[in-house]
Amino acid sequence: MSSDVLAIQNAEAASRPWVETLHEWVTTVDHKRLGILYILYALVFLIIGGIEATIIRIQLMRPHNDFVSPQVFNRMFTMHGTTMIFFVAMPILFGFANYLVPLMIGARDMAFPRLNAFGFWLTALGGFLLYFSFVGGSGLYGAGSAPDVGWFAYAPLTSRAFSVGHSADYWTIALLVSGFGSISTAINIIATILCMRCPGMKLSRMPLLAWLNLVMAGMVILAVSPLTAAQIMLSIDRYLGGHFFDTQAGGSATLWMHFFWIFGHPEVYVLIIPAFAFASEIIPVFSRKPIFGYPVMVAATICIGFIGLSVWAHHMFTIGMNSYANSFFVFTTMAIAVPTGIKIFNWLGTMWGGKIQFKTPMIFCIGFLLQFLIAGLTGVMMSVAPFDWQLGNSYFVVAHFHYVIVGGILFCLFGAFYYWFPKITGRLLNETLGKLHFWLFAIGFHLTFDSMHIPGLLGMPRRIYTYEPGRGWEIWNLIETIGVFVQGIATLIFVANLVLSYFNGPKAGNDPWDAWTLEWSVSSPPPVYNFASIPTVASRRPLWDLKHPEDPDSHYE
Amino acid sequence: MSATTTPLPGIPGAWKLPYRGKVGMACLIFAESAIFTIFVVAYLFYVGKSLSGPTPREVLETPIFYTVCLLSSSLTVHFAGKLLERGRRGAFLLLWVLTIVLGALFLYGTGQEWHRLIYEHGLTISTNLFGTTYYSLVGLHAFHVTAGLIMLSIVLFFGLAGRVGPEQSARVDVLSLYWHFVDAVWVVVFTVVYVLGR
Amino acid sequence: MRIVETMQKADWPAIISRVVGVAVLVAGVLLAAGLCTAAPQDNSVPSIFDSHSTPADSIRHLSHFVLGITGLIFLVVFSLLSYVVVKFRRRVADAEREPAQVYGSTQIELAWTIIPILIVVVLFLATARVIHAIQDAPRPAEAVEVTAIGHQFWWEFRYPKLGIVTANELHVPVSDAAHPTPTFLKLLSADTDHSFWVPQLAGKTDLIPNHPNGTWIDPHETGLFLGQCAQYCGTQHAKMLLRVYVDTPEDFNAWVRGQQEPAKRDEKEAAGRHVFETTACLNCHAITGTNGTGRFGPDLTHLMSRRTIASGAAENSAQNLRLWIQNPDSIKPGSLMPAMKLSDADLDALVRYLETLQ
Repeated sequence: MSSDVLAIQNAEAASRPWVETLHEWVTTVDHKRLGILYILYALVFLIIGGIEATIIRIQLMRPHNDFVSPQVFNRMFTMHGTTMIFFVAMPILFGFANYLVPLMIGARDMAFPRLNAFGFWLTALGGFLLYFSFVGGSGLYGAGSAPDVGWFAYAPLTSRAFSVGHSADYWTIALLVSGFGSISTAINIIATILCMRCPGMKLSRMPLLAWLNLVMAGMVILAVSPLTAAQIMLSIDRYLGGHFFDTQAGGSATLWMHFFWIFGHPEVYVLIIPAFAFASEIIPVFSRKPIFGYPVMVAATICIGFIGLSVWAHHMFTIGMNSYANSFFVFTTMAIAVPTGIKIFNWLGTMWGGKIQFKTPMIFCIGFLLQFLIAGLTGVMMSVAPFDWQLGNSYFVVAHFHYVIVGGILFCLFGAFYYWFPKITGRLLNETLGKLHFWLFAIGFHLTFDSMHIPGLLGMPRRIYTYEPGRGWEIWNLIETIGVFVQGIATLIFVANLVLSYFNGPKAGNDPWDAWTLEWSVSSPPPVYNFASIPTVASRRPLWDLKHPEDPDSHYE
Repeated sequence: MSATTTPLPGIPGAWKLPYRGKVGMACLIFAESAIFTIFVVAYLFYVGKSLSGPTPREVLETPIFYTVCLLSSSLTVHFAGKLLERGRRGAFLLLWVLTIVLGALFLYGTGQEWHRLIYEHGLTISTNLFGTTYYSLVGLHAFHVTAGLIMLSIVLFFGLAGRVGPEQSARVDVLSLYWHFVDAVWVVVFTVVYVLGR
Repeated sequence: MRIVETMQKADWPAIISRVVGVAVLVAGVLLAAGLCTAAPQDNSVPSIFDSHSTPADSIRHLSHFVLGITGLIFLVVFSLLSYVVVKFRRRVADAEREPAQVYGSTQIELAWTIIPILIVVVLFLATARVIHAIQDAPRPAEAVEVTAIGHQFWWEFRYPKLGIVTANELHVPVSDAAHPTPTFLKLLSADTDHSFWVPQLAGKTDLIPNHPNGTWIDPHETGLFLGQCAQYCGTQHAKMLLRVYVDTPEDFNAWVRGQQEPAKRDEKEAAGRHVFETTACLNCHAITGTNGTGRFGPDLTHLMSRRTIASGAAENSAQNLRLWIQNPDSIKPGSLMPAMKLSDADLDALVRYLETLQ
């Protein structure tokens, strides 16, 4: 019985010196441990990125504020964006994928366990390198030279002429290194899903989480590589005298923009698709119904993946492309709203006719549905290029993408934490604290990001360390800052919940939510080998079939 | 509830999934292709846009011989793999060595060409847009050839030590796939630089 | 006790969701009303909905259409979500049985695929029309031509046909629908990327080195319109402000004539001019009639015809001028103007001289 094995393991663990435990964790190739490492790493950077955001918002609380200098402010928004995308969102989503995918497809580990560890440590090194920039290198402005070129590092601002010292290089090399880590993990996810599914699990019987991570991994492979190429080119410009983006030598600043956004746009789908995966697992279980339209959900995701590779220049509507090029990108951007909308409708269809339980994972997903709807609609507004000529590069855009990333992705992530924490640790998170976390965070989120749309409509551009009084921007900036503190408190409650429940939470058992996918068939936490014997499945919900032998899914699929 | 999952009714028959080495290498090839595509796009975008300095037409000489070497090495590596499958270790090693020699010859040719361009024509990576894009693209490819040669040499080393047999066929196959990719990239680079770009 | 009982029996999910729903609706209505009525008459709030120029008007009309469609979609889906959350919540009495396990419906999928596709087609056609109307607008013969060159962190404006060079404050004539006199701007950059954004007059267009762009404005009201650089260009991106003065034809012509004259030569301030001509000032700044032909910084020939200095960062007063020259970092830290380290006497003379440059 695996629980006996676990008891022996735990007893041994209790008497081992901490150095040995540390060594085990540092040298692990187990997908579950690497998943946890990714998640913990990302949580640390979430706090750091949040502090950077707080500094930004305090500076912008009132016009002509002098909380920080412009130099520091410019480093703050650059580091905030870069950190949140590359060292919070990507690692945490890779972490969940790492932990869950093998369990959900009935495998014992990922296809390439050592490559898995390699990918994690490369990402970790990248984060360390980026933050070393605060103390390393030399810059024109004295001690500390974190990059200040914005997270998309437009040329020629990043050339040696305009970015003296090494701050731009820290940005470039840190992301180059972690980019290799991301590509490694993506290769691993694809190979795992295609080659390690348990018997009977045809692709059409995989949990949606597996499908969506497959599409995400494919996008990482096709999208991160252009960024790698562009960063190599930038380094050649900066150190070997190259002229890729050297406008004085006939080079093109817009070429960098194209290359960056060919990465940058699919990147945001890389971030949202795993969030969709969480919603697609949680909403059915708490509605007590299977996902509505499984094949359509798969098809829509694949469509999003493909179309997402063709929309990049909607970030460049203002750079002076001709009307035909602009119209093309308007069309593709509007087109991608169709499969995305279909997914929202399918989630609603799942809830329709169900018996919804308002447990914490579910209420976070309901918040996600509302907020992602709004974010998608502001995206449609910006897909209308002439409208984007006003809205682009203003606080309207900042509001839009925070609505997607915080209101969409982070809410799904919180839901995923409450849903799978019991599986990972064996203990349930506290429901009351969870609901408090949700409501406080929702209030803070809406205070900040609902308000943020308005200064954009009133002419406030982004990336400014201060602004003129009397333009109608002050009150909204103040409200936004207040909301940040509310979100901060809510996040602290969440962290407290994590810590308290880890030590004192009620035992979860194998299957606290009465769910239907394979990870709920093993103990919580799972044994190191996942499954004592590899399962065989006959439908999309193997545990439903076990629990309802009189009415299994396999009769209907 | 125990951790063992009760097998479900219905034996699905022979459950065969692709070899993960092949899938992993295919994914890597996709990623690398994306990187090369960006360098190719930059090259084509900047054709004719240099503000000064030598032009491709003035200085480039088509490396026919060395291209033939590299492309032949794809043939030799392919047949080497087939021989290994059939257990003909000696013949496998011979063709494997030939692959490495042909690849090394290609690298030598690249080095020779670069020497001529730098010292006779004064074309470096910082001279003009042509120099930047040419050395980056050809250099990136040469880097991948080098990496491939290193991996081929590692296999050669183990082969000479008697440790490579038909059981390692699948893995050797994965490496050959990489080598074929490197050659395919050269076909594209050759066309772009020596045919279209002039 | 009764209160506690009532609270315990209350259907909290339904109540909360209804309250939230109503709150959102009320907030939305208030917001919309506030936005539409907020713009004061004096153009101090550069709202994109307070347009006073043809391209900005076209964008505003299109935006109404888009907001209408997206608003409708929001109402429909939000109502569906609210309904589902209330109607299909698990009731304690019925908790044991699982609901009907529905896997999907082809008709419903088709419906909610085809309707969005139709909406996309309509939106796309409306959009393409406005893109073409703005980007491919013909240039009438009476159009004023301006070349705008973006610098770190100021705007250079040249009127090639009128022989004028100025900085940061753009003067254009008001345009009459019967006899349009729009201003067409050619957009260049001397260093990094910038973006020209005056929301009430037009959408923004970027200034990118080695990539000339163009934009046009067609203002039909006189007044001062505010804007600023909208593409991060370095440390002082935030204070690269724009002031566009839309003048009556008479005022505009008077302004042009004033700008076309050479620099005033007031012999009383020869000492100050001497300071200008013998310090590094003339490496960056030009003043006609002196040795100063620098183009790195703004042309100072008619400095006093501008209301602000340092690209809008400070009012153009003697005190600010003095402070700017002595210690630019106190007004605009990180700007590329160096502290000139002049003696007090030299500084006073210089400022008095600059004050004569009308």
